[in-house]
Amino acid sequence: MNKGSFVERNIRVLFPLPAVVFVIVMMLFPVLYTLFLSFTNWNLTSGMPLRFSWFRSYARVLGEPRFLDAIGRTFSFTALAVAAETILGLALALLLNREFKGKAVMKLILLLPLVATPVAIGIVWNLFFDPTIGLANFVLSLLGMQPSAWVSSPQTVIPSLVLVDIWQWTPMITLIVLAGLAALSPEPYESARVDGASSFQIFSKITLPMIAPTLLTAMILRSVDALKTFDIIYAMTGGGPGYASETMNVMAFKYSFEYFRMGQSSVILVFLFLLVLFLSMVIMRLRARFEL
Amino acid sequence: MKVKVFAVLLALILILGAGAQAKEIRVLLANHPYGELLRAAIPEYEKATGVKVNVESLQESQLTTKLTTEFATNSSSADVFMTRPLQEGKMFYKNGWYEPLTAYDFSDYPESAMGVARFGAKPYLVPLVTEWQVLYYRKDLFRKAGLSVPKTFAELEAAAKALDSHEVAGFASRGRGAAAVTQVSSYIYNYGGAYLDKGKAVFDSKEALDAIRFYGKLLALHGPKGVTSMSWENIMPLFQAGKVAMWTDASVFYGQIVDPAKSQVAAADVGIANLPAGPKASNPFYVVSWGMAVARQSKNKALALDFIKWATSADLAKKGLIANITMARNSAWADPEVRAKANAELVASQAFAAKNGNPFDRPYMSAVGNARDLIGEVIIESINTAGTSQTLANLARQKVKAVNELLEDTGEFGVY
Repeated sequence: MNKGSFVERNIRVLFPLPAVVFVIVMMLFPVLYTLFLSFTNWNLTSGMPLRFSWFRSYARVLGEPRFLDAIGRTFSFTALAVAAETILGLALALLLNREFKGKAVMKLILLLPLVATPVAIGIVWNLFFDPTIGLANFVLSLLGMQPSAWVSSPQTVIPSLVLVDIWQWTPMITLIVLAGLAALSPEPYESARVDGASSFQIFSKITLPMIAPTLLTAMILRSVDALKTFDIIYAMTGGGPGYASETMNVMAFKYSFEYFRMGQSSVILVFLFLLVLFLSMVIMRLRARFEL
Repeated sequence: MKVKVFAVLLALILILGAGAQAKEIRVLLANHPYGELLRAAIPEYEKATGVKVNVESLQESQLTTKLTTEFATNSSSADVFMTRPLQEGKMFYKNGWYEPLTAYDFSDYPESAMGVARFGAKPYLVPLVTEWQVLYYRKDLFRKAGLSVPKTFAELEAAAKALDSHEVAGFASRGRGAAAVTQVSSYIYNYGGAYLDKGKAVFDSKEALDAIRFYGKLLALHGPKGVTSMSWENIMPLFQAGKVAMWTDASVFYGQIVDPAKSQVAAADVGIANLPAGPKASNPFYVVSWGMAVARQSKNKALALDFIKWATSADLAKKGLIANITMARNSAWADPEVRAKANAELVASQAFAAKNGNPFDRPYMSAVGNARDLIGEVIIESINTAGTSQTLANLARQKVKAVNELLEDTGEFGVY
């Protein structure tokens, strides 16, 4: 048996092997290891070695009112951010979907928030949001409005963080929708105009249904990302004031690297994983059902 | 031909072998003024000893995260690192991450500092930098208002009220729950309370609650807006922008608030005073904020020990103090040359704190991160209600219970 025949006989295995190894080492292993840790009592502050403890860590985490709050917050943050980003992103895309001078420059400007470093974004927005010397309250005072506490108050912290998320991620939806709009065929529009349809009718009866699959894809991508948002929230508020902006990811980080309770932190991450998985499956089912 | 190839190979092996034997250590420093001072001095050390020092500088919480991850997974190549004794000392010791430093001469360090450097009978870390709580105040605003520097909490409150205006907050201190715990500690001590006593949480005592109420009232009525999300990094820019009349925080920030490149307030207008006395006592915290240690996992322990002796030497301590870094070594503070150059008010407040200070500014326990968040909830409730909360005592009792559970979890309950 020579070498050539070995490669040839096993080519079906060998060629995808690098990809398979990558997925196992970089994706499957961490997930399974986290699952394993969630069944242990691993806690660095106790100085004791890791021990298998079945559902003890689950009981501890589920007994924390803070954890249920974090789940709710993760959802409300995601819902607010994705809804606003979808509407604004779609509107922006429709505005930009025509030929005008400086379109290329406009697209470039739209890209900038997407490529900026999240922690740097957080620091700059924190300066804007400072209630005493920040730009945001200065702008409000110019408009004759009452100053806001922005990220400093439990009531306004989530909307303020959503605002930053909108600033950063609306362009992504715009760019995806723009690409979808560019691919639409012009015929339906021409016949609609001949038939005397109004602009609103054209939008609601032609553009929206045709763009729906693209828009939905953009929303799924955004939702999965928004559920996992960590960097901006941690950089701006660290989950505060109190726990008022603590999402599941932020809570898991604090449990690992501030409390050093690795087992319980893994429990939170397992729940977050299941949540994202469940949501993705629901959306995929819906997509199939409505043939989008 | 063969001989030539052999000779080249032999030469290569020799060179590589020599390379592998070159003396090298890995040192992790914090983004702290002393870390920067060391970084600048390390080339001299390398030249004198021939040891190559690979330095990494990290922000303090990232330093803890990195060290913990490396040590917990047994994958560390760190030899020497900066460490925060009160925040991570107990946990690092329990996990066996510090190498005992029996061959180091500790005679130049104050006993209060050695208390957190020793576990059992052996010392495990070298105290590097100390800090204590002070009152920073604006001399010009005090002059204008005809006030003198407050000596008691009652005077502090009166001054905060008098100095408060639309433009300037009369008083500032940390309000962000966990971060505020260290600053509230001195208020609690001055009211006669404590966070922990004999290995049990006691911050629901009347003394501690009175202190937390007083702190909350001061910040709610005279503090900057949004104070419950503020730590020192948010208050310092306000002070530098001239928006704060008085600020109680650690002594370590003096250098930065008088730096003309960063501050709009003239250095001559910034004063430092002792933290005002409370109804029961005057014991501000006086703590070792940074130490330096050798990693138990280090494979170059002899080199590491030599490096740590140099990096914590009396000579460098003097240089640090001249640069307004408040060093732990006694000899640095006693040196007449240093005393002539250092700020007189800073030196005076150090003398007071060193004599009367409490060596802890937080509950001294392994699970301190979680405990700080729990105590922080009580502090935030007090600030949000200007100290008048009806449920504060109840909340504090719940949190005391939770902190006691943490102590039990880690085998530290009742142990002291």
